[in-house]
Amino acid sequence: MPNSEYTGIMLYAQLTRENYIHTVFFELLEKAHELSQKLGGAEISAVCFASPDSIEGFRGAFENMGVNKVYYFEDKRLQNYSTEYYSKLFTNLVNEVKPEILLIGATNQGRDLAPRISSALHTGLTADCIELDINEKGLLAATRPTFGGELMATILCKNYPQMATVRPNVFKVHNVNYHVNTEFIKKDTSILDSLTNHVEILEFKKTVENEINNLDNADIVVAGGMGLKNEKGFELLQKFAHKIGGIVGATRPAVENGLAPHSVQIGQTGKTVRPKIYIACGISGAVQHTVGMDKAEHIIAINNDPNAPIFDIADTGIVGDFFEIAQKYIEM
Amino acid sequence: MLKIALCVKQVPDTTDIRWTENNTIQREGVESVINPYDVYAAEFALKIKEDLKDVEITVFTMGPNQASDMLRKLIAIGCDKAVLISDRKFAGADTYATGKTISAAIKTELPDFDLIVCGQFAVDGDTAQTGPCIAEFLNIPQVTYTQKFEKVDEKSIELKRIMENGIERVKTSYPVLICVLEGKFEPRRPTINGVKYASKQEIRICDAQAIGLEPEQVGLKGSPTYVSKAFRNMSNHNAQKFELSTDESVKLLNERIKSMEVENA
Repeated sequence: MPNSEYTGIMLYAQLTRENYIHTVFFELLEKAHELSQKLGGAEISAVCFASPDSIEGFRGAFENMGVNKVYYFEDKRLQNYSTEYYSKLFTNLVNEVKPEILLIGATNQGRDLAPRISSALHTGLTADCIELDINEKGLLAATRPTFGGELMATILCKNYPQMATVRPNVFKVHNVNYHVNTEFIKKDTSILDSLTNHVEILEFKKTVENEINNLDNADIVVAGGMGLKNEKGFELLQKFAHKIGGIVGATRPAVENGLAPHSVQIGQTGKTVRPKIYIACGISGAVQHTVGMDKAEHIIAINNDPNAPIFDIADTGIVGDFFEIAQKYIEM
Repeated sequence: MLKIALCVKQVPDTTDIRWTENNTIQREGVESVINPYDVYAAEFALKIKEDLKDVEITVFTMGPNQASDMLRKLIAIGCDKAVLISDRKFAGADTYATGKTISAAIKTELPDFDLIVCGQFAVDGDTAQTGPCIAEFLNIPQVTYTQKFEKVDEKSIELKRIMENGIERVKTSYPVLICVLEGKFEPRRPTINGVKYASKQEIRICDAQAIGLEPEQVGLKGSPTYVSKAFRNMSNHNAQKFELSTDESVKLLNERIKSMEVENA
């Protein structure tokens, strides 16, 4: 039963190193508006950790997106993500504000942070949801793939807040404008004086290949699996992708065999993508992979095994040799 | 001596799934393998042992009795001791209850640990939550998405971890919990002596009472989340399959790509 002590929907607004709001926040926000309506207009709040005097820069974004309240912490010590600092401040804030739902983007940072908060609050956390809804009792019904994507499970939480994480690219953003007056509430960070951050960042190296971001926003993804056999197969895949204007992705077996970096792994334990076109090359179509790409608008599969399960979910299935087809396509 | 708690999990073969009446996974009687990310975690711990020599690795796993085979295999490749956290009451635990149970076992069996090493994900649930839950219950720092360690000594460890858009190099003192994401190596094979040694080792078995937890704190009862419904994942793509010549295939491919009106194609 809903607990009247807990109201509203709280979202984590993760700031990136380049000091912009991570896109997954806007995806969560759009879903939050839908949930808020079903809850009879629940208040939507955002939580932000920022460097000193930087929150003003985000005012417009929050106002136009219909966020009622922004709770923010400004402190030099919060410039870089720290599990210990962030989770402590966040936990204290949740105990004070008491939202009924708390949503966090399943970025690496979000997945590091969320279970610390849920454990500290003795509440439940459902990871990597693909759908969020309010059930007939007014509770958060969080649906996620389980067992490698074979099954979907709808999970409920007995305690408050009901917490969930959602991966980037799972919810669509339609850029609806709301125009509300957002209340900015600065929170005290003096508790950090009594805490120690044990994990010291010595160095940060931005990934040279921009594939991480590109893959997230790509219109065309060209992904390879073990059917490409070796490095040569992936070189051809790269050229093929370049010709089409797509970004290269890979399956977990291909990544495990060193054919591609983990940063481009698609599927369970990798990324979720939703491009307009997804071209699966030499990919058998294990659910562990398809769970990360089945939201693509159009799926094309190239595989020489006519019985490969990938053909069951491909809009266009081409039975044939990837090497011959890709080579011809490049020469076209 | 550096004391490492290595947390591993047996996962059911994901092609052979059975559900119980309570909509939780039936684990007994299902073919099980060690979670692949936990193989990376084991390798990570064993490499530290190779570097520092004076290291003791205690493996912890929560699961049914059949998990002791996996524990013996880990002893055969160089781990020192093993604890099987096993009790029928643990059935149906979510990540919160699992984290609570494992942390209680570590508190009881290896209270003076320096490092806890886990795999980043388990391929069955894929929540990536249990590691951080254990760290929170033990009130220690954590480093997730770890690629490898660069330096290790009796007081601290330097790690490379993958974060959004880049790689962080971090240094941390002990105690700390580390979740390992990657491992590039040839899997270790046990030696004959290792297997002999492992077969003689006693595996310590702990139930809820032994680690000081009440029945309502563990398993389904101790879990804040529960599965209300489980259903098959259906695709909404209309499967059309073509068996054509290479030229025709290329033509079809080109038509389909153009028809999607993607800007940069």
